[in-house]
This record gives sequence, structure tokens and C-alpha cells, in this order.
Amino acid sequence: MNIYARNILDHYKNPRNRGVLKGATVSFKSLNSTCGDQIEIFLKMEGEIIKKINFDGHGCAISIAATSILSEALLEKKASEVLSLDLSAVQSLLGIEISARRHKCALIGLKAIQGALKKLEK
Amino acid sequence: MIDYRLDFPLLSRRYKKKQLIYFDNAATSPKPEVVIKAVLKYYNFQGANIRRGPNFLAEDATKSFDEARIAVANFIKAKKEEIIFTSGATAGFNFIARTWAEKNLKKGDVVALSIAEHHANIVPWLQLKKKIGIVIKYIELDENYNFSASSLAEIFKDKRLKILSLTQASNVLGYYYDLKDIIKQARSLGVLTIIDAAQSIAHKPLDVKELGADIVIFSAHKMFAPSGVGVLYLRPEILKNLEPFFGGGGMIEEVEEQSFTTTDIPFRFEAGTPNIEGVIGLGAACKYLEKISWKKIEARELEITRYLLSLLDNYPFLNLLGGRDEKKRLPLFSFSFSKIHPHDVADLLGEEAIISRSGHHCAEPLHRYLKIGASLRLSLAFYNTKEEIDSFFKAMEKIKKILS
Repeated sequence: MNIYARNILDHYKNPRNRGVLKGATVSFKSLNSTCGDQIEIFLKMEGEIIKKINFDGHGCAISIAATSILSEALLEKKASEVLSLDLSAVQSLLGIEISARRHKCALIGLKAIQGALKKLEK
Repeated sequence: MIDYRLDFPLLSRRYKKKQLIYFDNAATSPKPEVVIKAVLKYYNFQGANIRRGPNFLAEDATKSFDEARIAVANFIKAKKEEIIFTSGATAGFNFIARTWAEKNLKKGDVVALSIAEHHANIVPWLQLKKKIGIVIKYIELDENYNFSASSLAEIFKDKRLKILSLTQASNVLGYYYDLKDIIKQARSLGVLTIIDAAQSIAHKPLDVKELGADIVIFSAHKMFAPSGVGVLYLRPEILKNLEPFFGGGGMIEEVEEQSFTTTDIPFRFEAGTPNIEGVIGLGAACKYLEKISWKKIEARELEITRYLLSLLDNYPFLNLLGGRDEKKRLPLFSFSFSKIHPHDVADLLGEEAIISRSGHHCAEPLHRYLKIGASLRLSLAFYNTKEEIDSFFKAMEKIKKILS
């Protein structure tokens, strides 16, 4: 299936939870230097549980869509659970196989979320 | 009209039933059959190491290698002793930074680059800055994307300017810089000049004597030859006082337990077994281009450049980086977009069998200077056609619809 499938384009064109989150527990910026992409994640936590995810920044369709999808899918999840997610989790959320050349795009949002959670751990 | 695409086996590949359109020559170019055959001939019939074995096989291999060096020297109007084979342009810059520059520069001395340089001509200087504290200055661009005259004048005023290392053509803007006067001025001030010809070498004839630079650097793989080979041309006056960087076999005259003496130029700079087949392939590529002739190559490239530029006004969402002066550019075109991301465009172009590149093309300072995140680059060569350009624009219409 084409990686520019309808649900991906929908999330790209109408990203959910985009914009700075005021009163966030933690924020973290992830860069993809080869594309000049930048995603900043804002998390609102209640103890171990993620209550709200917002993101800001710019990126390609795959990176924006993947982050948008994660911002909905990871709500009410435990930090430890999210820290153990990898590419395969993102792939199953996107519903398509991501070729190697787009792995970085698909992962930029997850890396930012995990970066924010690791920052909290410290 | 001769279809030069037929010379390149790669270009006959199809993807999703579509004919491959290769617009990524600035990243690496396809190899013509004559180059592949030259490499195969070495593998199948010669195969020996060079300048080592006392037998016919080693002699054949050595002969092929030495002939290739002569072909490369002729190609840039140099003498064969003035050419050092490296592993690529990047190795060339690192070599100069770590030998000539590290020996002759002191803390506070200035190395001037242009803001349009490739990382290969930036990072080795940054490493040297870290090591010995040199100062790196950048020449800015004017409104036509040429090197700014006032910026250049400012740099030349600096009493501590020791090295001027400039690209002959930007791998993002496609601008082809006329460097002769700049080089002349640098020479009169005793400033070492290094020219990055990695992008220009496959598009314009290079006469190193006429150019007048102390050092010229380029890679083989961007001029239809194998990867893993580069050329470092040095003016004899520079070459004779240069220390070798790599030590090992092939570069020595005599080795004792506590000392060694080096062999002749250029071999003393080529320690270890070189990329023999790569150099042989490069020699074949030089002969291939010379056989077609620069006159034809330049005429073809001007024609496709003119054609692409003439169609751009119909596609206002493609913001061309660099000027539109067809005489001052290579057939290399980068675009930024306001609403769509170059990475998506390049991916979807690939689905149309059109090979392009997105990103900052190893020129991050330039992208920051131009205030853009990333760009889409099409880099054509003499074999590309107007029909291929038509296919690109048709694909772009389709992609724009998908992404917006």
C-alpha cells in the first residue's frame, strides 16, 4: 500500500493536537537534521500516565502524520510502556509498511515523546 | 540527436513499468558501459596489485593504472606527477587540512570559505579550528548568488588570511563561479587557493593551469566513474614541500626499525594499495567525456537548462534557488516549497521512477543562510532529455494534488 494512504494524508493535512500546550509537565524537541525537520512535544502527565500530548514544528507528511496519530493513540498510556515502543509500533499505528528510507520520518515523533519521558525520569 | 542514455546500463532500468529518469547526478552519476567494461577488464584479465609483483600480470595492471593517471592528467591539463589519487573529494580536503594547513597555519590564522560550500569543505576546517585554533570566515553571496564583491574585499583585507577554499559550482544553487580573478588576487597576497571541482568536473572543461589554483579537488563518482576514487591536483611548488599524511606500503624508499625515507612524488602520497579498478574506471570516464567533446556536452546542457527554466513560470509553487542566468549555472536546480515538504516530493517522484534528492545536500550553512529548511534538488547531466523534464513537471502536478 502507498505510504501516502488516505489516513496519513488526513493526519498530515489536519494534524491533531498541534500547537504549544500551556501548563505542560514536560517538553522535548527532536530534530531530523538531514531534512531540517523539527518536532517539539509537550506532555501533560498525571504520575506515570500520559494525559495529553501536543506537538509543534514542521516536517514531511510522514513525520507530521505519525506524530499526529501518536498524539491520540498514546493517551492514557504508562510512561514505561511508551518508552518500550519502537518502529513496529508506529508501523502498526500507521497501518502501513514504512520503507527504510522513511524510518527517520516515521520515528521523529516517537523519539520526541520518549525524549520528554526520559527527561522526566531524570 | 544521439541518445546518450543508451551508453548507461542503469538508465534502461524500469520501475513500476516506467522508464528510469535519473536526475540525481550531483549525488552520484551513472556509469557508462565503457567504464564498467574497463573495470571488468581489470578484474577478469589483470587482477594483480600494481608496482609490486615481478610478473606479466602485475605489469599489465600497473600499465593500466599508469595509463589511467595520464588520462586523468590530460583531462584537466595537468602533468601526471601533479595528480594524487585519494578515496574521494572529502579525503582530498581532509588531506590538505591535516598536512599543508596544519603545518603552515597558526592559531588565529584565517581560512576563508564561501557560504555555498559542501560540508566536505567545511568540516575538515572546523576540525582544524578545534585542534589549532584557526579562524574560519565565510564569503557571502550577492543578490545574483555570485560571491559578494564587498564580502570578498573584506576577507582579502584580513592580514591573517592564509587559505581560500572555494567551490567552483554550488551543489545546491547550481551557480558556476568564475574564480580566475579571485585566485589571481589570492596568489598575489600569498594565500593558498583550494578549489572544489566536485560539482563542476562533469559539466565544464577544467584547465588547472589556466585556473591557476594551488590545489584542485574532485571525486570520480560524480563524473561517471566508480566511487571510492578522488583526485587531488597540486601545483608542483606546493607538492614538493608537502608531507605525506598516510604512511605505509608503496610510499617508502626504505624502512628501518626507527626511521623511513619516502619514495617519489606522487607515490609518496598514495600509501597502501590504491583503488586500482576505480582509477582505471576514472581513466575510461575521462576518455569517454573527451570523445563526446566538451562542445557537445556544454551545448546539450545549455539546451536542457534553457528548456527547464523556460517552463518554470508555469509552476509558481516551485521556488527555484539561485539565479536564472542560464550561462552561469549547471543543469542543477533546487527548489523550496511553501506548503509541501521536499522529502515527500522526492519520495513521490521516486514512485514515478524519477530519481531526485531532498534535504540540505550536505550544505547546511547555505540552507540556513537562505533561510530554508530543506530543498528538492534535480541535478541533470548531458544525457538527460527535454522529454524527461516534461515527465518531471507532469509528475509534479500530480504530487501537488496529492499533498495539498
